[in-house]
Amino acid sequence: MDLLEFARGPALQIAAYVLVAGTIWRLVAIILLKEKPEFSEPRGPGGLGAALKVIYTRAFTAPVFKKATLYPKILGYVMHVGLFATVFLFVPHIVFFQGFLGFDWPGLPNSAIFVTGVVTVGTAIALLVRRMTSPVLKLISNFDDYFSWLVTVLPLVTGLLIPIRFGIRYETLLAVHILSVALLFIWLPFGKLGHTFLVFITRGTTGMAFERRGAKT
Amino acid sequence: MKRTPTVGEILRAKGVSRRGFLKYCATTASLLALPPAMIPRIARAIENARRPSVIWLSFQECTGCTESLTRSASPTVEGLIFDAISLDYHHTLQAASGEQAEAARHAAMEENDGGYLVLVDGSIPTGNPGFSTIAGISNRDMLMDTVKGAAAVVAIGSCAAFGGIPGANPNPTGAVSVSELVKDKPVVNVPGCPPIAMVMTAVLTQFLTFGQLPELDKFGRPLAFFGKTIHDRCYRRPFYEQGKFAESFDDEGAKAGWCLYKLGCKGPTTYNACATVKWNSGTSFPIESGHPCLGCSEPGFWDKGGFYQPLSTGHFGSGAKLAGAAAAGVALGVAAAAAGRRRQAKITKEA
Repeated sequence: MDLLEFARGPALQIAAYVLVAGTIWRLVAIILLKEKPEFSEPRGPGGLGAALKVIYTRAFTAPVFKKATLYPKILGYVMHVGLFATVFLFVPHIVFFQGFLGFDWPGLPNSAIFVTGVVTVGTAIALLVRRMTSPVLKLISNFDDYFSWLVTVLPLVTGLLIPIRFGIRYETLLAVHILSVALLFIWLPFGKLGHTFLVFITRGTTGMAFERRGAKT
Repeated sequence: MKRTPTVGEILRAKGVSRRGFLKYCATTASLLALPPAMIPRIARAIENARRPSVIWLSFQECTGCTESLTRSASPTVEGLIFDAISLDYHHTLQAASGEQAEAARHAAMEENDGGYLVLVDGSIPTGNPGFSTIAGISNRDMLMDTVKGAAAVVAIGSCAAFGGIPGANPNPTGAVSVSELVKDKPVVNVPGCPPIAMVMTAVLTQFLTFGQLPELDKFGRPLAFFGKTIHDRCYRRPFYEQGKFAESFDDEGAKAGWCLYKLGCKGPTTYNACATVKWNSGTSFPIESGHPCLGCSEPGFWDKGGFYQPLSTGHFGSGAKLAGAAAAGVALGVAAAAAGRRRQAKITKEA
């Protein structure tokens, strides 16, 4: 078994099992947690509407913080949109998803994906520099933040290297790329990358709690 | 003593023109990535070379490799180069049989001790010796006996180079490649199912010209032919870059000649010269004929997933195992939630 076979086979299989088990573990554990008792009179219904409202409003910065957070906010959006495009609109990736979903969708030309990937890595580096230079961010950052950044950026970098090669064989680079994705799969449910599947659940829950307590959302 | 004709004399006797011969030399130099200044040297060496003795052993194979060489559309210089070698032993092509054939092999070995080439097609069974025998001799014994006095061994085709179909899972005969058995002689692998005739003869030409074998890659293949992927040299590559793919064998994309990646093309991971040297006197190669590359020159290509499964498709194991992982996740989640609830209750009680 060569490196590519290992990456496409056992490595990806184990990573997929960990991703599925870990994600469901985290979700079930959170959903089944006992709700905190409400001792005050509810000031609002705190239903699905409140959840959806906060999910929407938190997509934008509150006016009072707009100036202070404009730079990281733009970087954050560019990075997330770039990640989405490189993962879901690159045709070989679509073929990968089609392999287990059974359907596909239109993709973008490779050149567009390449440019998007470069921009995404650039914004990720800018965000890391900001984290490492801002005294407050630096203070509240831990291993999870830096490692999550690394496992997110590695597949991008290894993917961008595939067409460039640098004298390295295609299948070696492809294997390294798949292995970096396997690492991402394994880490995703357990670190801060868990926001991939928790972001809207936590925001919605916050919105419901806020409305029950009468907070303006 | 009878004078052995040179290769040049044999080619001239067969009607090969000077122009045609030099064209072959130029093509070979180009394929071997040699500078143009080497063309006269190749021509001189081939012209003056005495017929090298070649023993061709066929083991667990389908004769496709021999067919690749002998069934060319018209007589080619490559084919005639093969005629010009002293093919002293070849089951399919030789007239002799039985004891006479074996006597020819032994005679060639004795007369050319240390200087003959052994070409092998087919894998060698290492299980029961009776799985494949020739004149009552097991393939393994015949190979090991024949290579003793050889200058070099050329494994022709994927079976001889990597085990091929006989070596595919579950490999009932314990088939192995030549290089797994021959350790004390230089072995050149010329894989392919079958290999390109031009590649086979170019290896022989290099041996005739320089008295040495070509530079090899990590799988023992001549770098000049196996140094780049099919994908790198594919004329459909621009469509890959544009994201234009054939979705089925008869859709508009296929008719327009778009990239066959989605139909399982293994071009990106297959190292061979099909896209440049081509087949049938340079007519086309599989991708040009509308079929994805199977990756036949790569080790273990039979066991690398479905031929029509795209390269980027991962192997996620069975759905049952994924369901098992999901069930394990539910169990862990329930246990974690129960522990959390106990902790919550304890804190509430303490408060």
